[in-house]
Amino acid sequence: MNQFTTTIGQPNITSILFFFVFISVTMCITYFAAKRSKTTAEFYTAGGGISGFQNGLALAGDYMSAASFLGIAGLVSLKGYDGLIYSIGFLVGWPIIMFLIAEPLRNLGKYTFADVVAYRLSQKPIRIAASVGSLMTVAFYLIAQMVGSGSLIHMVFGLQYEIAIVFVGAVMIAYVLFGGMLATTWVQIIKAVLLLGGATVLVLMVLSQFGMNPVNLFAAAQAKYGDRVLAPGGLVSNPWDAVSLGLALMFGTAGLPHILMRFYTVPDAKAARKSVFVATGFIAFFYILTFIIGFGAMVLVGQDVISGMDKGGNMAALLLAEVTGGTMFLGFIAAVAFATILAVVAGLTLAGATTLSHDLYVNVFRSGHANEQEEVRVAKIATLALGVLAVALGLAFKGQNVAFMVGLAFAIAASANFPALLLSIAWRGFSTFGAVCSIATGTTLAVVLIIFSPTVWVDILKNPAAVFPLKNPALISITGAFVAGWLGSVMKRDEAAEARYAEQKVRNYLGVSLD
Amino acid sequence: MKKDADAIINSPEFKDLVARKGTVSAVLSVIMLGAYYGFILVLAFNKALLSQGLGEGMSVGILVGLVVILLAWALTGVYVFWANDKYDSAVNAIRQELRRDK
Repeated sequence: MNQFTTTIGQPNITSILFFFVFISVTMCITYFAAKRSKTTAEFYTAGGGISGFQNGLALAGDYMSAASFLGIAGLVSLKGYDGLIYSIGFLVGWPIIMFLIAEPLRNLGKYTFADVVAYRLSQKPIRIAASVGSLMTVAFYLIAQMVGSGSLIHMVFGLQYEIAIVFVGAVMIAYVLFGGMLATTWVQIIKAVLLLGGATVLVLMVLSQFGMNPVNLFAAAQAKYGDRVLAPGGLVSNPWDAVSLGLALMFGTAGLPHILMRFYTVPDAKAARKSVFVATGFIAFFYILTFIIGFGAMVLVGQDVISGMDKGGNMAALLLAEVTGGTMFLGFIAAVAFATILAVVAGLTLAGATTLSHDLYVNVFRSGHANEQEEVRVAKIATLALGVLAVALGLAFKGQNVAFMVGLAFAIAASANFPALLLSIAWRGFSTFGAVCSIATGTTLAVVLIIFSPTVWVDILKNPAAVFPLKNPALISITGAFVAGWLGSVMKRDEAAEARYAEQKVRNYLGVSLD
Repeated sequence: MKKDADAIINSPEFKDLVARKGTVSAVLSVIMLGAYYGFILVLAFNKALLSQGLGEGMSVGILVGLVVILLAWALTGVYVFWANDKYDSAVNAIRQELRRDK
């Protein structure tokens, strides 16, 4: 198998063709969506007209990034079992979203999760604090995605990094700017179907060589690379590290602005819960597929070839596609990976633009007095600005190690956004001061501690020893955010907010307001 | 309006609704958290257990990992099943009563 030569890195006709079809179809959708993106409700949430099943697919689309498809398949192909531990961490946040926040979020908010936190608290301080948490989460996630996509496209298609970044930025801006949430949602749905379909076909092609039984595939991997590939390796060595990362992934998922925003695209709480069930099922299925794809690549491509192309193993799934289905199938899977990148950055940009226009411009700068037209215009300007910023950041961080930024985005989401959201829903005594303290503490601890952690202090800044021992700060920063939220609320009570708790609670549980 | 809201949340039907939802959410969350952190702790402290083979091409670790993945999905299914059946009908009953009172 080692004499196998790949065509990865050369322009691939099939790939360009598939990609052209994808761009044409999604641009058509954007064109039609543009007619229905004139009001704020349409632009931010597709008018609440997305069904539970559709939103479930779109949520899965938002969550299954190219990094998780190629990265986890690569991790499994090189390390075996450890890749599965990683996938499980990313999945278990979804049931938590379902049990704790999906329905209250739908019943209490309109466009952003800050709507819920600010429901009965003072608008301005809460909106500002929540925006900082949201925008930092979006920014770090976006940088990681942009830099990853530039390198990926460069590696797969041989296209120059800068051209790739500008192209991704331009298409993504077109989707969001003209088509708003409706186009973004359909791009997510199409991408999710393509990704799940492509991965399923890849798995079937691999398993067809192993009597359609994954156990035979695992046995072949065992015979080739030893028992260790089916057993845990070095990924979880320090239990505190593992617990802290687990908290970041679990509660971070429940604090990602682009995920939370999707709950406003469905008509009611019933559809919201259905969409989490659908999303969790598809994401679980996807992680099982990537596990099998990883083992397929390990056996059919070989670890030497995979790590020879890319140290992190990111090309494993693509190499496997080429080995099992030839250049044409490689072209298809590569185009799917490209579409995946576009969809994820579009979702992030829309969430960021909504925060800028709805939370900051309308509710802080204009104190809630802005008309529809003005708000949509500001949201579009914010989209353009964020898109250009994303391209600029993608170019600025070229060649930098940005892998830690995903962990940081999850840590901020888990510490700044999630505790404030949960406390505002569940605790009558939560006050404006407490909420601001909670968000500020969560954000600061997450950012400062990750700088002093081994992830940045040692791996990036090349210092000999870390000041803070854990690789992910979530254990400390989430705890800190809850303690600060409680302490701030006890220190400075908010009687007006407490008085409105009964009404909020009625709406939270019954989904109706009392007017 | 404020008085209305207070009256509703203190009614026995509403309190029962809140208590039942709280119990279901808490129990399901604890099962999920317990399964996940149980898995992580076994990984950290007893790797040998998960490394055991289960015949050719299978290990305890893979089986347990698969079970945790399927459990996560199953729990969301249990919640939807419960909420569609029990929760929604309780919500509708309270809503109808509110409408009648108006």
